[in-house]
Amino acid sequence: MSSIAFRRRAQLGLLLGPVSLFLAVFFLGPLAIMIVTSFLAPGLYGGVEWTWYRHNYGRILGFADPMFEDFDPVYIAIFLRSLKISALTVVATLIVCYPAAFCISRLSERWKNFCLFLITLPFFTSLIVRLFIWVLILRQTGLVNAVLLNTGVIARPLELIYTDGAIILGMVYIFIPFMFMPVYASVEKLDWTLVRASLDLGAGPIRTFLRIILPLTAPGIAGGAVIVFIPALGNFVVPAILGGAKVMMLGNLIEQQFLAARNWPFGSALAMMVMCVMLVLLFAYVIVSGRRGIDAATGR
Amino acid sequence: MRDSIVRLEKAAKAFATPEGQTVTALDAIDLDVSRNEFLTLLGPSGCGKTTLLQAISGFVELDAGRILIDDEDITDRPPYRRPVNTVFQNYALFPHMTVGENTAYALEVAGVARPERANRVADALRMVGLEGMEGRKPRQLSGGQQQRVALARAIIARPKLLLLDEPLSALDKNLRQAMQIELKTLQHELGISFIFVTHDQQEALTMSDRVAVLSGGRIQQLDTPRAIYDQPKNSFVATFVGASNLFEGEAVGGQLLTTDGLSISHAKAQTTGTATALIRPEQFFLAEQGDSAPSLDVDLEQIVFVGSTFELFGRTATGRRVIAEIPATRRNLVGEIEQSRRARLSYDPAAVHLIPAEAA
Repeated sequence: MSSIAFRRRAQLGLLLGPVSLFLAVFFLGPLAIMIVTSFLAPGLYGGVEWTWYRHNYGRILGFADPMFEDFDPVYIAIFLRSLKISALTVVATLIVCYPAAFCISRLSERWKNFCLFLITLPFFTSLIVRLFIWVLILRQTGLVNAVLLNTGVIARPLELIYTDGAIILGMVYIFIPFMFMPVYASVEKLDWTLVRASLDLGAGPIRTFLRIILPLTAPGIAGGAVIVFIPALGNFVVPAILGGAKVMMLGNLIEQQFLAARNWPFGSALAMMVMCVMLVLLFAYVIVSGRRGIDAATGR
Repeated sequence: MRDSIVRLEKAAKAFATPEGQTVTALDAIDLDVSRNEFLTLLGPSGCGKTTLLQAISGFVELDAGRILIDDEDITDRPPYRRPVNTVFQNYALFPHMTVGENTAYALEVAGVARPERANRVADALRMVGLEGMEGRKPRQLSGGQQQRVALARAIIARPKLLLLDEPLSALDKNLRQAMQIELKTLQHELGISFIFVTHDQQEALTMSDRVAVLSGGRIQQLDTPRAIYDQPKNSFVATFVGASNLFEGEAVGGQLLTTDGLSISHAKAQTTGTATALIRPEQFFLAEQGDSAPSLDVDLEQIVFVGSTFELFGRTATGRRVIAEIPATRRNLVGEIEQSRRARLSYDPAAVHLIPAEAA
């Protein structure tokens, strides 16, 4: 091996070393513990028994331990509801962020930076505090109901909080920056002469949007969708605060299994299921964007 | 009246600068482009040529005036409802589409059926010398090939008028010259009028039927390339197109007397009053012994060999700069003056062009 090639490898090793070590110890380690735990029997008073036990997954997928219970599809229902709420969150954040990205990308450099600052501003405040403010706004005696009652629009207070809608609202509120940044990056990069070329060649505004603008900004939309969907699916803070006891999502369910029910193996099995779904999605994203990525990297 | 395809009537446009001033990009421009004409808009950057092009394509809205294409008023029509296509400066090929899809775009949008589209794409690509490249992506092509795709894409729907916005400026010199000839040929074959924007005077002279020289939002002169070069209407045109030696003075009976005491002979004996005489560098020649042609004596500051010619940079006794171009075939004479650093530059009075004062 030539000395240049050796040095290059050594440099690469030095640069990637710390992060690899950190991830190996603090990410792969706990993950391995969780995988093992998910196949162990729950202890009678919390903790785990060191015996092979496949019914943690059985409770979710339909082969529950006949010693204790019949199969209950409630976990699958929670799974599906979580998927639905996360998907709606993605759609709603996109609807908010996509047009905004276009507006902001056309501002002057100064206003652009200011708007980007405003979008990241909520990060500087505690997430819990911000969500509790939504409780104040949405609850029965909250701001929205007070205004609507006093102006005579409604006669009785609306049930706003502790609904799927409230959870989605909270999620959208939290995840807007996550959607905005990748969408903005791809919108900002959009070459407007291509839009002009399309109009020039006879395509109206709608067709130009569908054939030129949308495909060229799709990587940003896909990226935003993935990084909103994944944390939304596992989120437990928003449903805990805005969902009350009524609406349960995967995140709360897992939290409950670990902290309240003290059934670590079952909680681990649920977490593994969530991870499988995410891996499938990420894999699909990498395949699709990989193809596009090559296009983008070698284009122009 | 000539068979007109595009007519601009008093087209005006002003822009506001960030500093709060207004800049006149188009100052009540009248322009008439004939069917099957190759017209070039030539001018320095900021002269309004790109604004004029964008006004025709529909991306710039006029403050006043009208634009007619084939006697139809299209002033208020959006770009996608104008029978005009554009070849953009950076080509603007759609990176996510193949060469075939790019080329077919205008037909796809117009709802042309797939089999016919394929035939016409093949035809258009053959015309620009890219047959069989339908499946490639733009990024797999060289700059010259991308340029050709942009051209094929713009002509496939047979627009009444093709606009070309400095399309050759990104190509290297040899390719640019080859493309100039090809564009001219293509324009003849298609029978479509071309409006070509450039700041390169060589390009303008090479390709055009007529050239419009623009400055300050106005057409300074609209004429054939030869007339623009030989008989510029004012000193802006004279200096912008080609190199020039200008002498301002009083014309009296076949002579033009400058304030610094030079006398330039010219053939327009009836012209009197203030005027500017133009002598192109290549009109000068080195007088042999006993030649009686009028001449200027200069001290040589520099002699530059550029291949086919020598460029002589000299100064008259009064300090006026003079440029002359001597064919390289006269290298024995150039050798002599290189020694003496002095030259007698002779010219034919018939080759001197006079610009009357009011135009200058």
